[in-house]
Amino acid sequence: MAKYKKHILVCGGSCCKSGNSQQMADTFRSMIFERGLQDEVQVIQTGCFGLCDKGPIVKVMPDNTFYTKVTLNDVSRIMDEHIVGGHKVEDLLFVDPETGNKVENNEKGEFHKKQIRIALRNCGVIDPENINDYIAHDGYIALGDCLTNHTPEEVIEIVSASGLSGRGGAGFPTGKKWASSARAKADQKYVVCNADEGDPGAFMDRSILEGDPHSVLEAMAICGYSIGADKGLIYIRAEYPLAIERLKIAISQAEEMGLLGDNIMGSGFNFHIELRYGAGAFVCGEATALIHSMEGKRGEPTFKPPRTSEKGYNLKPTNVNNVETYANVPAILLKGAEWFSSIGTANSKGTKVFALAGKVNNVGLIEVPMGITLREIIYEIGGGIKDGKKFKAVQTGGPSGGCLTEKHLDIPIDYKSLTQAGSMMGSGGMVIMDESSCMVNIAKFYLDFTVPESCGKCTPCRIGNKRLYEMLDKITKGKATMEDLEHLRNLSVVVKDTALCGLGQSSPNPILSTLDNFWDEYVEHVQDKKCRAGACKDLVRYEINPAICLGCTACARNCPVDAIHGELKKPHTIDQDICIKCGTCYTKCKFNAIRIN
Amino acid sequence: MAKIQTLAELQSLRDKLVAQRAEGEKTPGSVVIKVAYATCGIAAGAKEVLEHMEQKAKELGVNATFVKTGCMGYCYAEPTLEVLIPGRESVVFGYVDEMRADDILTKYVINNEFVEGIIPVNYETID
Repeated sequence: MAKYKKHILVCGGSCCKSGNSQQMADTFRSMIFERGLQDEVQVIQTGCFGLCDKGPIVKVMPDNTFYTKVTLNDVSRIMDEHIVGGHKVEDLLFVDPETGNKVENNEKGEFHKKQIRIALRNCGVIDPENINDYIAHDGYIALGDCLTNHTPEEVIEIVSASGLSGRGGAGFPTGKKWASSARAKADQKYVVCNADEGDPGAFMDRSILEGDPHSVLEAMAICGYSIGADKGLIYIRAEYPLAIERLKIAISQAEEMGLLGDNIMGSGFNFHIELRYGAGAFVCGEATALIHSMEGKRGEPTFKPPRTSEKGYNLKPTNVNNVETYANVPAILLKGAEWFSSIGTANSKGTKVFALAGKVNNVGLIEVPMGITLREIIYEIGGGIKDGKKFKAVQTGGPSGGCLTEKHLDIPIDYKSLTQAGSMMGSGGMVIMDESSCMVNIAKFYLDFTVPESCGKCTPCRIGNKRLYEMLDKITKGKATMEDLEHLRNLSVVVKDTALCGLGQSSPNPILSTLDNFWDEYVEHVQDKKCRAGACKDLVRYEINPAICLGCTACARNCPVDAIHGELKKPHTIDQDICIKCGTCYTKCKFNAIRIN
Repeated sequence: MAKIQTLAELQSLRDKLVAQRAEGEKTPGSVVIKVAYATCGIAAGAKEVLEHMEQKAKELGVNATFVKTGCMGYCYAEPTLEVLIPGRESVVFGYVDEMRADDILTKYVINNEFVEGIIPVNYETID
């Protein structure tokens, strides 16, 4: 039986902690003790509630009372009026922003949450290796409904009307793509799932395949029915072994139950799904390269048109969508196009899954409605910047995207607005950077990724990107001139305009967006030979502050190249000609006497 | 297993499964523990925690069903797990190591005492 009668949950997220929630929890505990209630009331600190603008937050259970903007002075009131007296503290109650009413019992619905899970609806909820779990969550009902009650044309119409667009990055309307494959005349057509997720830091597709593989299989079968294909192929990277294993289990379970295979649910429609493994080349995420790779050829892109929807795998009409796009489809067919298109902005419907990474407190896999702002994502879902540092930039779209800054924090994000701001939606990588990140170095990082991933087929990408990388390298080493900055921009534009495929056309984006948004930093590197973030090694000088240094010799003893000299108990100095800027002295010094200039 | 022949058959199977699960959720003493078991969760220690917890539950005589699910999305707090107990709101716990796993079983499951590491659910989902 329950030992405690009441639980006081105090938010221990970093936003609330900065609002003194730690002291509140301590105060609650001591007040409970003073009142002799330690056997009846328990105080627990929780993770972030995702309602940071209303913090600090205190929730009283089992009453489901949600107190917002609590201060240290309110603790005794909550204690005496609510916990002891049994009356809720009116003026601290959460106010429903839609109705303006104070909410006394927040059992269901609670507050408007920033995240809506559609593609991730079953992730973390069902057992992905048990088809019955999926069926209990309406699994394969959408497929059955299509086969039984809708013509292929009707299915395409619903998908078109929903406004769903490609979640792999480019945002091409899914219904339009399906219609194009459906129109093509051929004896054989294919449905392909692009699971070649390759952006650094992106793991949305892997998570969906590992957590809810059936939703992708069901959607592929629905697509097959609507375009007239009886064969599906999933192109997945071999370095996703768990996703592969769960997909294999899911396929065999679905076949066993007659939900995939021949004569599905007695409809006469056949659909078989096979896996194809990729070796992990970034370019194979591009649809034409992906198809060549599946055909056993080199994974190189070819010129479009013809589009894959007309001539794809084995030169047959092939519909290629990515994992997240498919994962949305069963939900759309179950709940209707109107429901889906009611979420999002005028030109981008539904939600987007992001892998939120970098310098935020709550890194995680999130799914947010289109139209949310970066500020909401970073400060409310992400819980703000780590270690109380200052926000500097957010990178979206991986190597094809760009860096956005403070001034973009409040634009509602969708395909169009992100492109206008100089970045792109991309497949969903979102890396948050703080003041310790050097933007030139970040651009260099992405080019460093793109250069070896270029397939080499076209010159702008093969040679252009290499030259761009070399220029960035020169800048980070303090050896560039203002003329180089000019060249950097010009060549970026040339590569963007002339490369063969999407990979090459977008690879200069990280450079162009940082040139636009962080021009000062580039100029500083060139003219002042200075890196304000202290990230470019060659521009950094480690120095010892003689006013602080006690001469403990810790730095000198640990310096791997003996660059530090000085007598015991007297300030030391660093010989800049010998120093390799490894940073050992900086970490070894217990007195913060080492400065980075 | 017999193949499903019609949509109606699938729907009735779904209804049966939903009813079974609802029944299970009401049965006193039943505990379902869902462990976020994606690649990243496993890398963060979900496998060790799960094995340890299964053993511990047996020792304590807790009738718990363990389910391996996919990613719950709380990367910052892996390993994470969700505990579902009839009559209580489900609770997600993060940063679960073997010690916290023991606490969850002995304090939360058996005594209905909360333990540290609760992660409030911060998303809406569809029915």
